[in-house]
Amino acid sequence: MRIFDPHIHMTSRTTDDYEAMHAAGVRALVEPAFWLGQPRTSVGSFTDYFDALVGWERFRAAQFGIAHHCTIALNPKEANDPRCAEVLDVLPRYLAKDGVVAVGEVGFDSMTVEEEKAFVRQLELAVEFGLPAMVHTPHRDKEQGTRRTLELVADSGLAPGMVVVDHLNEVTVDQVDEAGCWMGFSIYPDTKMDEHRMVAILQRRGLDRVLVNSAADWGRSDPLKTAKTGAAMLAAGFTEDDVDRVLWRNPVEFFGQSGRLLLPDSVDGEDTSSPTDAAATFEGNSILRGSRD
Amino acid sequence: MTVVVAPLADHSDIEAALDEGARERWQAIRTEVADDPSRLGRVFPASARTTGRGPLPGRDDVLLEDAVRVDLVSLVARRVEPDALLDELRQVYRYGDSDEKRAVLHALNGIEHAEAGQLDGTDLLLDALRTNDTRLVGAAMGPHSDRLDADAWRQGVLKCLFTGVPVSAVTGLAERADQELAEMVQRYRREREAAGRDVPPDVQAVLDACAAADPKD
Repeated sequence: MRIFDPHIHMTSRTTDDYEAMHAAGVRALVEPAFWLGQPRTSVGSFTDYFDALVGWERFRAAQFGIAHHCTIALNPKEANDPRCAEVLDVLPRYLAKDGVVAVGEVGFDSMTVEEEKAFVRQLELAVEFGLPAMVHTPHRDKEQGTRRTLELVADSGLAPGMVVVDHLNEVTVDQVDEAGCWMGFSIYPDTKMDEHRMVAILQRRGLDRVLVNSAADWGRSDPLKTAKTGAAMLAAGFTEDDVDRVLWRNPVEFFGQSGRLLLPDSVDGEDTSSPTDAAATFEGNSILRGSRD
Repeated sequence: MTVVVAPLADHSDIEAALDEGARERWQAIRTEVADDPSRLGRVFPASARTTGRGPLPGRDDVLLEDAVRVDLVSLVARRVEPDALLDELRQVYRYGDSDEKRAVLHALNGIEHAEAGQLDGTDLLLDALRTNDTRLVGAAMGPHSDRLDADAWRQGVLKCLFTGVPVSAVTGLAERADQELAEMVQRYRREREAAGRDVPPDVQAVLDACAAADPKD
C-alpha cells in the first residue's frame, strides 16, 4: 500500500512517527501551514515557520524516504490578530516555491469579518499563483461555515476542482460534493471522522474527489490513520486498486494541479506521474524533466 | 569593478541536459535577468521547475538545478556592483528554501577575482553552518569558507565530521589544518571510542592533514 497523506503536521511529530509512517507505506505527504497551539504575535514568527516547512522539515522527511510538500497561508484563527495580519504581504515569496502545492489552510474558525477578509485575499493569491486552495472548516458550527466557504469559493474565480474543503463529516459532505470541490476527511482517534464512518461515506458516494488524511498534529491524533483507513476499506470489500486511488492517485491528481510536486519517479515499482502534474520530479532523482513556469 | 562568479558547469553541459522546451525556458530566464538583474529574486525560486532538476549527466557532484541557479547569479554578477550582488544574494538566501540556499552558497564559492574583503558572504556561511542540513553544511565549507575566521572554520570541519559530510567537501583542509583542529578532532574521537561507537574514516583524514601541516605557534 503506497500512501500520500494529504494533510499532516510533521513539525509536531517525532522521528519515530516518520519511521512508522514509512513502514506503513507513506511515501509522500503535504504539511499545511497552521496554528501551532500557542498563538503567534509577530510576522517574524510566521516566516521562520514557513522557512522550516520549505527547509528543515523537507530535509527531515527525506531522511526517512518520504517526499515532503507544504501549503502556505495565514490560518483562520490567527487572521484575527492584527499583529499577524501583515503576514499576507510575505506570502507571495513562499507561494513561488517548489514543493509549495497549495494555499492553505485558509477558511473560517469563528466566522469573523477579519477571517473572511484574509480568506478572500488568499483565494485571490491562489488564482494569481495558479495554486489549489486547502480550506479548513470550523470545529464549531461546521455546517454554516462550510456553506459560507462555498459561497466565497464560487465568488473567487478559482475553479471548484482547485479547492479541497477539509475536515468534512456526514453533515457537510454533500454540499461540498455538489459544489464540485474536492472533499477532505480527517481520520482521528476521537473527534472528526473515524475510518469506519469514512468507509461508509465512500460506499455511499464513491471514490471521486475524495482525500483521506490523518491531520496528525500536536493533539491526540494518529499519523497511521491513512493506512488504517486503507485496511478498513479492504475489509469492507474495496479492492487494492480502490485503496491506491484514494490514498495515492487522488492526492497526486489534486496537488499535481500545482505543477510543484516533488515526487520520486516511481514508488514501490509504480509510476507516480499524474496527468495533471507537469513537474513530478524529485531531488536526487535522475529525471530531468522541465515544466511550465 | 564587478566580480566574476564561475559557473558550476559548462554552458553546453547544462544545455545537453535539457530538452528543447526546457532549453527555451532557460534562455528566456537568462535573458530576463540579464536585461534586468532585479528580476533574480523572482526567477531564482522557479528556475528548477522551469528547467529541470537532478544530477547533471557526467557530473556526479553537480545538480542541474544548482548549475542553472549559479549561472543566473553569474549573469547578474557581470552587471551589478559587488555590494549590490551581495545584497541580492542575501535576499534570495533569506527567503530561499534549502535548494535555493544551497545554490547561493555555490554561487559564493564561485566568486573569482574579488579584492580582499570584497563580497564577503561570511554571514550566510555561518547561517548555513548553524543548520543541521548536510547539503548546506557541505556547501558552506567550499572555497568561500576562506573568509571564515579560524575558530568558525575549525568548528565547520568538526561539524562535517559530526554530521557525516565528507571532508572532501572542505576547501583548504591541507592549508588550514592546525594543531588546535587536531586536538578538537582527537577529543571527538575519544568521545566516540568511549561510547563504543565507530570512528568515521574522515577523522583520520583530518588528523593526517593536521599532522602534515606546519606546527603553528
